[in-house]
Amino acid sequence: MVAMKAIEITDLYYAYHNGRYALRGVTLSIMAGEKVALVGPNGAGKSTLLLHLNGILRGRGTVRILGEEIPGHNLPRIRAQVGLVFQDPDDQLFSPSVFDDVAFGPLYAGLPEHEVRRRVAWALAQVGLEGYSERLSHHLSQGEKKRAAIASVLSMEPAILALDEPTSGLDPRARRRLIEFLRQLPQTILCATHDMHLVAEIFPRMVILDEGLVVADGPTQELLDNTSLLEAHGLERPWPYKPQEHGTP
Amino acid sequence: MLFSGLPSSSEPLHIPDGFLNWWVSLICWVLAIVGVGIAIRRSGKTLGERQVPLMGVLAAFIFAAQMLNFTIAGGTSGHFLGAALAAILLGPWAGILTMTTVVAIQALLFQDGGLVVMGANVLNMGVVATLVAYGVYRGVLELLGGKKWGLPAGGFVAAWVSVVTSAVACAVELAFSGTSPLTVALPAMAGIHALIGIGEGLITVGALLFVAAVRRDLLEVTGPAAGGMRWAIVGLAIALGLTLLAPLASPHPDGLERVAEDHGFIETAQGAPYEIIPDYVFPGIPNEALATIVAGLVGTLIVAGVAFTVALARRKAAS
Amino acid sequence: MAGEHLHALDGYRARTSPVHHLDARVKLVLALLFILSAVLTPTGAWPAYILLTALVWSAIILSQVGMGFVQRRTAVVMPFALAAVTVIFTTPGRPVLTVWKFDITDHGLLRLISILLKSWLSIQAAVLLTACTPFPALLQAMSALRIPRVLVVILGFTYRYIFVIGDEALRLIRGRAARSGDLNGKGGGTLLWRARVTGNMAGSLFLRSIERSERVYAAMLARGYDGQIRTLNHPTVRPSELVLMLAGSLLLVLIQLLARLRW
Repeated sequence: MVAMKAIEITDLYYAYHNGRYALRGVTLSIMAGEKVALVGPNGAGKSTLLLHLNGILRGRGTVRILGEEIPGHNLPRIRAQVGLVFQDPDDQLFSPSVFDDVAFGPLYAGLPEHEVRRRVAWALAQVGLEGYSERLSHHLSQGEKKRAAIASVLSMEPAILALDEPTSGLDPRARRRLIEFLRQLPQTILCATHDMHLVAEIFPRMVILDEGLVVADGPTQELLDNTSLLEAHGLERPWPYKPQEHGTP
Repeated sequence: MLFSGLPSSSEPLHIPDGFLNWWVSLICWVLAIVGVGIAIRRSGKTLGERQVPLMGVLAAFIFAAQMLNFTIAGGTSGHFLGAALAAILLGPWAGILTMTTVVAIQALLFQDGGLVVMGANVLNMGVVATLVAYGVYRGVLELLGGKKWGLPAGGFVAAWVSVVTSAVACAVELAFSGTSPLTVALPAMAGIHALIGIGEGLITVGALLFVAAVRRDLLEVTGPAAGGMRWAIVGLAIALGLTLLAPLASPHPDGLERVAEDHGFIETAQGAPYEIIPDYVFPGIPNEALATIVAGLVGTLIVAGVAFTVALARRKAAS
Repeated sequence: MAGEHLHALDGYRARTSPVHHLDARVKLVLALLFILSAVLTPTGAWPAYILLTALVWSAIILSQVGMGFVQRRTAVVMPFALAAVTVIFTTPGRPVLTVWKFDITDHGLLRLISILLKSWLSIQAAVLLTACTPFPALLQAMSALRIPRVLVVILGFTYRYIFVIGDEALRLIRGRAARSGDLNGKGGGTLLWRARVTGNMAGSLFLRSIERSERVYAAMLARGYDGQIRTLNHPTVRPSELVLMLAGSLLLVLIQLLARLRW
């Protein structure tokens, strides 16, 4: 089996307008089908990195998605390959109704109407929001908003999901439901989070980002056992800590 | 408690349906459509793809900012209009588009302002208020020639003038519609809004100073390169136009309506057309009141004109 | 929780009435024509006013949103009635009553009552339209009626974000209340101080909104937005609904003709 690189980032630099560097030479490869957690303190550059995956931000260095360099001539197609889920679902759900939001991606991909409708129904079913299409986004609970936001990218049928803090602001039940949902997704996932329980539970591989640099990259279990590494980067070991069951070597 | 925070028509600028007659509504629609049409094109050109999300979210901001009222004096709540803030922060075209959206949302969602008269409300609070505010703001900046307190001074005067002009436009429309004689409507509307305008000015300045302290770069969007004098003249022209309209509305509030009647559009239930055009004078308020106001407005304009001439001359001398 | 969010103020009332099911385009056209008709009804044409009232009340009853609900929401125009009240003195006619030094004339009274009736009829139609039509459907109806799509899309964004930013504003107001002990900013401090606090609130709300708009823009780009406005086609209006729209329009025209007859 020839494994394909889903995401390949080489020596990526990005500076804000004020000259401060958010990314200072990030290099990272993720294979197709891998599920990777991206952790690190606030301001480490996690969100900035995710925004590079579909060319919204353009730094110095190269970013390849499924072998294609971006930004290329095929920006819209690349964007459809990477489903970027923002931290605040209120940023992502910008349409008056749930249907309009979930239909937005397929519509801009130029799909015919019946296909758009099929995708919307399918994506809503995926996140367990069947029958929500006429609902107004501002009437949804926080957990429903998060799921609707995920549906709004699933409808593009992306190969890669880039999630920014998917569990933030959720109550325990909504959080549990979301974790179970993420667990069964087939896509390649890169997930920026502070939720170390989430990391321990579903991500076999973990990347620690601090001050714009990858400071550690390896099996989640190994890195979580390295207390001094976690402390050095303001991270906490999930507690109570149970060894993972998915048999990472 | 919450509901006290809702922007409501206790600020008498949102005209409901039924208060303007058909031809005043129609003229206002035409003017509003022209203004908004230009605004859509011009702001689309400068904002490009960002136009939709930026305008949409910022209209929501103005709507939300209108909830931040505070008491000025004697229980008069300083309801916030936001036209000056929008004009100064976003420029005149994006400002018009933002305010138009706010007015439309208020009418469609909260019945704050009517649907058939929406043209008038868009004209008053969207087009006129924004253009006048921007003109005054640029004018003051020109006059002060880049002094440090140009921002607060320009912001305050622009906000005050925009609210009062909006109210005057509203009064003129009510008078033309025969709903309220100008001798009553003008002093009442202008008077109340001269007071409300102080609150508007203070909030606008507070917001501008805050933005200037935290994100100076955002204020430079409408920077000094944007043809200040031309905008000042546009603002002046609108104010002048309203002043000239006012006396026209005053003695013959039903003047044009009569023309319509003669052509069979409108007849009273009695079947009798109005008597010979009556002199609508509010008993107890002599016509002098109106004369004073008009004189005051003209005086203001003359002073402004002189000031602008001086500023122009000074600029020429400098270059 | 209900009172803490702005969407408690949304005027939509979910029901399953025939009025709710009616195509939004038909409802919008009929509501606009109804209001236009109310505005055009001459002073003192009572039969026409009665017929218009009967029309809008039938629709309200049919819609099941509740007469009380509609009437409460119409109350927002009341302050504006003051703007018209002076016509009772200034319209020439036979004096019927003297208040202090001023004569109330019969024509003036008729005129005031007519203005208030027009306004009351119009606002009931508008409240009913909002109560029976989800806002997205209303937006679609607007674009079907050739209102510039840019404007309609911006309205959609505004509708979405008044609830988000409105809630942020409410949090700021509560924050101010916690410091000054009053929700309306009446408490404590000089006028300038209060104005500055409120101005700062508006300023910070503006910055948050700008940042919000940037994130929203990024979220749009992430899903392929290219500056074009694309929407799905709307199904054509059903013939039966078209007939209803024409019948309604015809009825309004007939009422206008009646209003212009002498009796």
